[in-house]
Amino acid sequence: MAQEYRLILQHADEPGYTNDIECYLRHGGYEGLKKALALEPKTLEDGSVKSGPEQIRDEVRTSGVRGRGGAGFPAARKWGFINHNSGKPIYLICNADESEPGTFKDRQIIYKDPHQMLEGTIIACYANNVHLAYIYIRGEFHEGAEILNRAIREAKEKNFIGKNIQGSGYDLELYLHRGAGAYICGEETGLLESLEGKRPYPRIKPPYFPAAYGLYMCPTIVNNVETLCCLKHVMLMGGAEYAKLGTPNNTGTRIVCVSGTVKRPGYYEVEVGKVTIRELIHDFAGGLPEGRSLQAVIPGGSSAKVFRAGEKFQIKKKAGDGQETVEMDLEDLPYDFDTVVEAGSMSGSGAVMVLDDSVDMIEAIANIAEFYAHESCGQCTPCREGSLWLKKALQRLAHGRGRKEDADYILRIADNIPNGRTICAFGEATAWPVQSTVRKFREVFEARGAEDEARRARETEGAGGVGKEMDVAASSQP
Amino acid sequence: MTNVTAERQEKSAVETVSVWIDGQAYDVPKTMPHPVSGEQVGTTMIQACHMHGIDVPYYCYHPKLPVAGNCRMCLVEFGTPALGPDRQPLYNEDGSPQIRKSPRPVIACATPISPGMAIYTQTPEAKQMRESVLEFLLINHPLDCPICDQAGECKLQEYAVDYGKADSRFVEQKVHKPKQVDLGPRIMLDDERCILCSRCIRFTRDIAGDDALGFADRGSYSILTNYPGKPFDNNYTLNTADICPVGALTSKDFRFQMRVWFLKETKSVCTSCGTGCNIMIGSRNDRIYRYTPRENDAVNSCWMCDYGRLNYKWINREDRLREVQQRRDGAPAKTNWSVALKEVAERIESSPSGSIGVVASARLTNEELYLVRRLVQDKDAITDSVPRMGEADHLLVDADKNPNTNGAHATGIAAKKVGADIATIADRIRQGKIKTLLVFGEDVTKHGIEADLLKELDTLVVSDILPNATTERADYLLPGCAHAEKRGTFTNAKGRVQKFMKAIEGPGDARPEWEFLHELVQRKTHDGGSANLPALFNEMAEQVPAFHGLSWGELKDTGAQASL
Ligand SMILES: Cc1cc2nc3c(=O)[nH]c(=O)nc-3n(C[C@H](O)[C@H](O)[C@H](O)COP(=O)(O)O)c2cc1C
Ligand code: SF4
Ligand code: SF4
Ligand code: SF4
Ligand code: FES
Repeated sequence: MAQEYRLILQHADEPGYTNDIECYLRHGGYEGLKKALALEPKTLEDGSVKSGPEQIRDEVRTSGVRGRGGAGFPAARKWGFINHNSGKPIYLICNADESEPGTFKDRQIIYKDPHQMLEGTIIACYANNVHLAYIYIRGEFHEGAEILNRAIREAKEKNFIGKNIQGSGYDLELYLHRGAGAYICGEETGLLESLEGKRPYPRIKPPYFPAAYGLYMCPTIVNNVETLCCLKHVMLMGGAEYAKLGTPNNTGTRIVCVSGTVKRPGYYEVEVGKVTIRELIHDFAGGLPEGRSLQAVIPGGSSAKVFRAGEKFQIKKKAGDGQETVEMDLEDLPYDFDTVVEAGSMSGSGAVMVLDDSVDMIEAIANIAEFYAHESCGQCTPCREGSLWLKKALQRLAHGRGRKEDADYILRIADNIPNGRTICAFGEATAWPVQSTVRKFREVFEARGAEDEARRARETEGAGGVGKEMDVAASSQP
Repeated sequence: MTNVTAERQEKSAVETVSVWIDGQAYDVPKTMPHPVSGEQVGTTMIQACHMHGIDVPYYCYHPKLPVAGNCRMCLVEFGTPALGPDRQPLYNEDGSPQIRKSPRPVIACATPISPGMAIYTQTPEAKQMRESVLEFLLINHPLDCPICDQAGECKLQEYAVDYGKADSRFVEQKVHKPKQVDLGPRIMLDDERCILCSRCIRFTRDIAGDDALGFADRGSYSILTNYPGKPFDNNYTLNTADICPVGALTSKDFRFQMRVWFLKETKSVCTSCGTGCNIMIGSRNDRIYRYTPRENDAVNSCWMCDYGRLNYKWINREDRLREVQQRRDGAPAKTNWSVALKEVAERIESSPSGSIGVVASARLTNEELYLVRRLVQDKDAITDSVPRMGEADHLLVDADKNPNTNGAHATGIAAKKVGADIATIADRIRQGKIKTLLVFGEDVTKHGIEADLLKELDTLVVSDILPNATTERADYLLPGCAHAEKRGTFTNAKGRVQKFMKAIEGPGDARPEWEFLHELVQRKTHDGGSANLPALFNEMAEQVPAFHGLSWGELKDTGAQASL
């Protein structure tokens, strides 16, 4: 039976553990930061000197920590793009916008262990010569914002934030900024625009890569809440020790959110790659309801491409010095960054959504499409128009007004949105679930369209042939 | 604007790089000036393509605005040179560089070129991407071209023909949005037609300096809007109607007036201030329907102010002067040009030296002012123009509301301080020294020579376009032409000599001033010089030092600098 490995959530759910600073300090809180600040400059063999912050960046590189916000990009590599000699201030933003459907991990940290998140953020700031940082928190987290503001106040009072932190000479100001309820504010450049007080229109890249032209056109690092929390543990354990957790290139632990038709939906912190999808569903989430069988899994939040039960995947594995390809069942896939990508999807925000055979796939995907049509910022043409078109077509099909050709019709819309045609990855997020669902469940879509057509034909016959050319759009939603 | 222009003109030695566009090598400058800051920034793919005449369609891109990259019409495929293990480019057998094609397309309007880059604008993928963007733009578009003012100038219409597919697959209900939105005193908005390209937003924010427009709502329901309760009202709003690629923003003045394809377009300049913005006059059947700005990077970029744009209606006014008149027995009576010009020429010829005064408007052309000067050259006449000073702004509007003050200086008509000599003229009339006053295009009763004083004159010769207190008192009244009704040149506030062409005929007997001035000079001196405008300009350029070296032909469409 697979086991959780609680590192970040070590204390969060312990009875009596509270989210104030005193409790955090009693549990070894801010020791990682103190260790970071205490690092002395190191003289290397070639005579060059490595500052404390540079040593932390090295540790993070060694740890292999990858972003937990969605793309799985190595944190140290992202930091490596920052030019420390541009003469401009460097900003860091903690992305606490957690809005990806199916994802509820960051909020566990924010609500139950806010100081851990602050500690990670402060370490990251120190490591990158940042003196002004922001936490961008999802608008709906009212209480979370209060908790974090109190935590920031407490940390200031104890001089973990502010001037001359713990006597180190290092200054950092940290502010919380609340969003107003838009998913796109989680996209890092949309977030930056929002933070600057504008509409969260994601920026075009090139030229506006955050590392070069971020907040107020200054070099900026955006990291996810969970990613930043990892840093505290990297600091305490050392990068090499941390990298022993999980699997090669997929190090550490991850908080996986399992939802959908499982008996015990919830969040489970596991070593990356050490548990399979089957174990997530059965060992942790208690399996499917009685008498049900698995139909599909969405492995990384609603933006990820769906897996269909029974799918087989060709996965490359290290074998001796070379590589071998092994065939794997969906449920045998280890839940990590690389394998899920190799299987054609992504682990994204770490949200595993389970759909058993009671779920109508057309309704499910219509529901997801509705979300994206509502959240598209509307800036660029393919996503703005395509997301609503998809929603309308899928809802039409879900509401009994389908046509035989709708599978192709929907695919042609979806195929015109992703792969660099849009400004931001929201385009992919809109298209991928639809493309994969229609392609993998094509017969379901075709059968539904044919059924609807046949029913309409019967109805028109019954009505004496009135209104032969039924207007399929007649009552579609606005 | 000045700095930008100056920098742009500066032929700084910009490095060129070689790029491959659709399989052919082209040289392009590595950097180009940013449309707003003027700073040198990386040349983009679209600039590289357009400078070599290679078509890349676009909606949101505008050469004079910061890039937004939102329409995605300009998506192209591209590749970069493949490098060997030694980081050196790899070559094919035929010597061409090996290209590593990118799996993802990019927008040509925002992506900078790099040496050896290959850009593909015509691959099946590139064409398919355009087609799909167009389809997306059209699904919710009302397609009411028959009643849309933009029809004929609409980039959606144009590209739908060039890049679109005929059949529409869309079977859902269209999104409905506000129509006939009153954005401000001069601009109407149809949100259903808006393709959300943000050109108008960027123009008013980044060029006009008034952050007045923005988008509201999300996704496909997004709409363009002004701030609630704050009308879109600055002196440059109408430029947004020009740059709107579709018929979403329309000029209240022009909408529903005339189908654009019926309009004759004539190159001209605005006369409402010393800037001399280059314009197109849109006319039909000798009536003016609109002015639109014409690009001239040395003067007005692509813009003009609303005031200047709408200041054309006086040309079509009913009370235009259309008869040549001569006062007989105290009352004006109709006469004809040959009689009037003969008599005026004789009057001038027979006037003793020092007895003639001239007020010639700085709204006359260089050629006309030059001829006025010649007409009274040997008469020791006092000449001047009327000053028209007002307010300047940060973008285009000049404080001087005369279009040709520098021409009036160059030809020796205006006093050093424009208008300073009008008082002297008035004094000398009062003293009985000046007996003949020639007035061109000004109501002198409003500018220092009172109506009663005009009675003291033996002869008052007046040429003008519209009636006023001075024309009423004329002994000889010569109806002139608006700039739209003639050819000529003005010298703008920065000394740029700019020519304009004739768009419409003048009313009745009205004649271009330069024509009858030429005849007057001819009659008086028996040497009128050149009888057609280009030759007249060239003659003037020889005679007037400020214009030395210029020629009508070389002024081209955008003018040339005088040496003031
Ligand atoms: C549409 C969209 C929504 C996103 N929402 C979030 C979010 O809510 N939280 C988050 O941390 N990252 C989100 N991301 C990813 C961020 O853009 C960014 O990659 C991430 O914050 C980087 O942090 P990491 O490197 O630590 O993962 C989103 C991305 C996209 C395209
Ligand atoms: S892809 Fe969608 S969300 Fe992203 S910028 Fe374009 S319209 Fe906005
Ligand atoms: S009104 Fe015209 S210029 Fe403005 S965003 Fe819409 S389409 Fe573009
Ligand atoms: S700035 Fe001057 S020249 Fe230009 S349009 Fe306005 S009034 Fe005319
Ligand atoms: S022209 Fe390039 S995206 Fe609009």
